[in-house]
Amino acid sequence: MSVVEAPTATVSLDPPSVPPVGPERHPVRTAVMYVLITVIALGVLVPFVWMVSSSLKNNNEVFTVPTQWIPRDFQWNNYVDIWSRIPMTTYLRNSLFLSLVITFLQVLTGSFAAYGFSKVRWRGRDALFVAYIATIAVPWQAYMVPQYVMLQKAGLVNTFWSLILLQAFGAFGVFLLRQYYLTIPDELCEAARIDGLSEYGIYRRIILPLSKPALASLALLTFVATWNDYMGPFIYLTSNELWTVQLGLKSFVGLFDGDYAMIMTGSVISVVPILVIFLIGQKYFIQGIATSGLKG
Amino acid sequence: MAITAAPPTAPTASSAGSGTTGRQSRRNTLIGISFILPNFLGFALLTLVPVVAAFGLAFMEWDSYNPAEFVGLDNFQKMFGNDTFWIALRNTLYYGIGHVPLTLLCSLGLALVLNRKLRGVRFFRTAAFFPYVTSLVAVAVVWNMLFNPTMGPVNQLLTTLGVANPPGWTSSSDWAMPAVIITSVWRDMGYYMILFLAGLQTIPVEYYEAARVDGANAWQRFWHITLPTLRPTTFLVLILLTVGSFKVFDLIVVMTDGGPGRATLVLSQLIYREGIAQGEFGYASAISLVLFVIVLLVTVLQFRLGERRDR
Repeated sequence: MSVVEAPTATVSLDPPSVPPVGPERHPVRTAVMYVLITVIALGVLVPFVWMVSSSLKNNNEVFTVPTQWIPRDFQWNNYVDIWSRIPMTTYLRNSLFLSLVITFLQVLTGSFAAYGFSKVRWRGRDALFVAYIATIAVPWQAYMVPQYVMLQKAGLVNTFWSLILLQAFGAFGVFLLRQYYLTIPDELCEAARIDGLSEYGIYRRIILPLSKPALASLALLTFVATWNDYMGPFIYLTSNELWTVQLGLKSFVGLFDGDYAMIMTGSVISVVPILVIFLIGQKYFIQGIATSGLKG
Repeated sequence: MAITAAPPTAPTASSAGSGTTGRQSRRNTLIGISFILPNFLGFALLTLVPVVAAFGLAFMEWDSYNPAEFVGLDNFQKMFGNDTFWIALRNTLYYGIGHVPLTLLCSLGLALVLNRKLRGVRFFRTAAFFPYVTSLVAVAVVWNMLFNPTMGPVNQLLTTLGVANPPGWTSSSDWAMPAVIITSVWRDMGYYMILFLAGLQTIPVEYYEAARVDGANAWQRFWHITLPTLRPTTFLVLILLTVGSFKVFDLIVVMTDGGPGRATLVLSQLIYREGIAQGEFGYASAISLVLFVIVLLVTVLQFRLGERRDR
């Protein structure tokens, strides 16, 4: 199994406490720096500006020469009309349901298994862990066909069960949490054992409270990944009433491809929940990514 | 693929104590397994079994109606004689050749620029990272509009800059792949920026101070301190990017669906089409096996090269 020396997990989006690239003493240089990063940030954010601005226009104003970056008059009614154009409420509810259930199960079973892989010593443990990790290295595309066949034979295609079963027991969560548990000193568990706490008691009373940041990271990463997932629902959910926001939005684009403004309105609505969650939990997000160095 | 170096496993549970008996270690095994079981059942059934099955299926002929039959290398013969497979393979490589270096450069550049103590730098890092958590459908839809050949802002900008015949982007078979690559670089660079920032923050400030005292200019400091110290991170990012680019799937499905024609058809999509849409389980598994072997070979090769340069 390949092991890579990864960066330490102390990164955050906050400015570092020590100036890493020398003190910015020159006001001119600082000003140049600001201009540079503002230009970069604008470049990165332009698609979002376009999305929001188009979502507030009439269809015939979306593509104009020259591009109108601020709508002439704001079509706020787009945000009212869309709910009756497509079953947006159903889509949002389905996405929320799947994301919550999958996140809950992943965090629960993942933290449980991570404890077994890091704090209890038993024969065969490390070999089994390697099997877990090895499957992270196998591209999902390489085994999606047998997965599909199995779930089809079980009659679970076109139910939420298929997605829940597929995504709630990932090896990724076990791996992320095990990494964190290894940093918790074993002396703590040892002391609790001497005091007569069972392994389940140690898990619940000591490890879980201590690993809140890691649990938050995993929960956020899983929630966002499930909310944004397209391929899973695309393969497994065929009935309209089971569709998630992503599928609903994509089908809307296919059906009404000239309805530019409304398409952008739908896109904004699909992104807003993620924006809110991301801004609240940013710290844990970044920590999770820097710890694992792994894409889910 | 890449796994963070874990601290060496210390003696863990109570069995490490002096009075280890056979009964105690059996008890520990039971306890350990009880912790793992809920996750392991789901994992074994839906990941481990399919991974093993995928290998077997590659040598069988099986569709939803007829029973599976062992056919040896027939699936591979069919694949290598099929031009759609070669087109998908070429397109996957084309995507990788564009996506990997561009994302690497952009994310490293972002990390270098944003790794300083400026007021508001937090906002800029958030901005750079946000595309990565935005839903793919929204990203694809917006970029498709930005790339609109006649009226999109991208081509308007190009026309203003004096380009007489701006490209047709997603509606042209020559330019669809570059459009997908640009979108993917924009989406992914914030993610790898985080990894680079983490790497940059492990470089001791003393290195730079010493170099400054010795009269090294900014470029020399970057070339002789930042880059070498950042090597492990760069290596990790390179592997993640390469593996990721071979697995490219959803972005293409949503943005171009492999078109126009087969201009952006990639391997993952071919597996989906043959295996799930057409029900050719055996043939699709053979393509999967090829994809897996390629990913494995590239990773091993990069590790070898990385080790050699370490010496």
